[in-house]
Amino acid sequence: MRKEKTLNNERTAGSVRFGFSRRQLCIPYGVFLLCFVIIPLVLIVVYAFRGNDGGFTLDNFVKFFSSTTTISTLIISVLLALATTIVCVIIAYPLAYILARSNLNRGGTLLMLFIVPMWINFVLRAMAMKDLLTLTGIFGINNYLNVIIGMVYDYVPFMILPIYTVLTKMDKSLVEASLDLGASPLKTFTKVTLPLSMPGIASGITMVFMPTMTCYVISDTFGNGLITIIGKLIDEQFTAFSNWNFGSAMAMILLAIMLISMWVTGSFKSEDTRGANL
Amino acid sequence: MSKITNEKLIELVDLTKEFEDGMRAVDNVNLYVRRGEFVTFLGPSGCGKTTTLRMIAGFDTPTSGKIFLNGQDISNLPPNKRPINTVFQRYALFPHYNVFDNVAFGLKLKKIKVTYQDKNGKEFERVEKLSKKVIVEKVEKALKMVDLEGFEKRSISTLSGGQQQRVAIARALVNEPEILLLDEPLGALDLKMRKDMQLELKEMHKKLGITFIYVTHDQEEALTMSDTIVVMKDGVIQQVGSPTDIYNEPKNSFVADFIGESNIFSGTMVDDKKVKFIGTTFDCVDDFAKNEKVDVVVRPEDIFLMDEDKGQVKGKIISSIFKGMHYEMVMLVGKTEVVIQDTIERKVGEKVSIIIKPNDIHIMAKEFSSNKYDGYITKKNTVCFGDGEFDCDVTQLYPGSFLDEEGYLITAEGDKIDLTDVDVTVEVGLKDIEISDDAELGGAVGNIVSIIYKGDHYQLIVRTDEEEEDFVVDTEYTWNENDRVSVIIPSEKIKLALKQETKR
Repeated sequence: MRKEKTLNNERTAGSVRFGFSRRQLCIPYGVFLLCFVIIPLVLIVVYAFRGNDGGFTLDNFVKFFSSTTTISTLIISVLLALATTIVCVIIAYPLAYILARSNLNRGGTLLMLFIVPMWINFVLRAMAMKDLLTLTGIFGINNYLNVIIGMVYDYVPFMILPIYTVLTKMDKSLVEASLDLGASPLKTFTKVTLPLSMPGIASGITMVFMPTMTCYVISDTFGNGLITIIGKLIDEQFTAFSNWNFGSAMAMILLAIMLISMWVTGSFKSEDTRGANL
Repeated sequence: MSKITNEKLIELVDLTKEFEDGMRAVDNVNLYVRRGEFVTFLGPSGCGKTTTLRMIAGFDTPTSGKIFLNGQDISNLPPNKRPINTVFQRYALFPHYNVFDNVAFGLKLKKIKVTYQDKNGKEFERVEKLSKKVIVEKVEKALKMVDLEGFEKRSISTLSGGQQQRVAIARALVNEPEILLLDEPLGALDLKMRKDMQLELKEMHKKLGITFIYVTHDQEEALTMSDTIVVMKDGVIQQVGSPTDIYNEPKNSFVADFIGESNIFSGTMVDDKKVKFIGTTFDCVDDFAKNEKVDVVVRPEDIFLMDEDKGQVKGKIISSIFKGMHYEMVMLVGKTEVVIQDTIERKVGEKVSIIIKPNDIHIMAKEFSSNKYDGYITKKNTVCFGDGEFDCDVTQLYPGSFLDEEGYLITAEGDKIDLTDVDVTVEVGLKDIEISDDAELGGAVGNIVSIIYKGDHYQLIVRTDEEEEDFVVDTEYTWNENDRVSVIIPSEKIKLALKQETKR
């Protein structure tokens, strides 16, 4: 009780000293949000529904869905992102599992080795990887394969980290309890460890799937200029063709796809308590 | 309790567990548990009771020694192959399943042999999973047993601690294990709930006839529930016995101190069945050799307070605290404090006397009458033992001898002896050791690992770091467990004896 009181005193003393209320302190963040999030979003919406003559129109959306180029680009982007995400899960899960269980990873040294590349500029990393692929001869096989390799290389740490965190936080006695009740180590994995690590996988998916849809630096670098993803298409509308209206419409469609994918993985997370049947 | 058979269900033979850091959590434990018995491992934290339980469950493999279940060696059997189930300290319920699925977890994995008859009347066996109907029936029965009917669909996170506890018990018992292991299962519950659960567990044990092995540090819990208590300390079994045996006839002062309140006095056997302590000779029932130093245990509730002049020993009340059921008073006899529980209060300062009946005086062989070590003499005529180096008087090894300028020993006969690296046995009395906060002062440094109050002094054990040598020290000063101290022994108090004839 007494401690609480002094804390409260400190708090009031603090606000008296600076002369700001909590509400006043929120103002800079409100301004920031307004300038860099809300206004740009509103602008995108406004542009998306505006025709070249400046009046309201749905033409931009009609154009998007009636053009085979844009639709096929969208489908390729989704498929590439999907493939990247799946490969990332396949690589990251066993690795995170080993890191979380292993004695080798005392103090997180081994984990650091996998995270440190994230600190290096990613264009630089992409170039290095491309050179490596050219050197080994893999680069000539298939442009799509190249892009997937490039994206997996760049995004796999984002998959490792959340899965690793979930696995290290998991109560070890749950695994013991499962073994104790007669489950084999494999059954224990499928019935206890895997379902309980689903939230980690879900946030890994959000962190990999969405950026890979738009990250055209990698598709440009690894695709020999032959693979266009939706992010590249939007960029071209703004830079090359100066068609801001069509570009904004595409950005809105992408936003909608992302919100849907977030909702799907998000419902995974809230269902983590019942995801046992997986 | 009549259900306990003489059949040894599980037997631990020379069981030892040493961890990677060299710590011996369980040290050469030998024990058997009979079918239907309620056995409790009791001891302070770090005494090895949980490690022993984990080895029985199969989560830890023993470093050496064996575990037999029904006569079969199961030491290296994985936990999922053992007919043993565990109730975990923090329940370890699966958060992604509801109550029903948690309890049914083991049943769904179970495979049983079913005998069929084919057309020709020939019998054949098939291994099958339990049918859904059987599982539902069994789960419902188990939930009914723990008073959680109708909770099947509830999610684990909506349950209170007590309810989670019951689910954990149901989840283990539904598999009808041969042994149920319980690792401090009531530790997280509040006092009232704990008392209720103690009785319920005891009731379940009686009804089901399953062998229970229970781990706790709560002596009252152990006394309430168990058929047999195993008291452990530092990985070693101190005593195995029924609650009444352990309470009334503790084997050593550790057990006496750990189980309930007790007065522990240093005493001497003065005659056949007569023991002298707190300055008075009492009749007793235990037989020990005359003049043997002993520990005397008297429970506070076994001491009768009388007016002055009426009892055996006179003293003065120096403190009195109301404890609800009784008053706990401390009487001073000379320099020794005697704790007494009585329903009639005596005021502080009042002069009183006490009576102790022969039956209530429990005598135990004194654990340490002196410290004995193996050591050797160094070049500087100091002696190394007990993880340290101490100044000593080496001339005591040869009567009438003395040291010359070069440090050689000259015997009474005039022989010159080099004592370097000579092996000796060292003996130091408990009262001859002083301890100090200052690590530089003494010859060895260690931590206080145990403190037992002996009426007018404390008996503590200082354990050194490297070799884990123990110094048992009697002192009047108050120290705390885990205090880091150095051990000081005056050179004239170190008694040396040669191990073998020295080379000249």
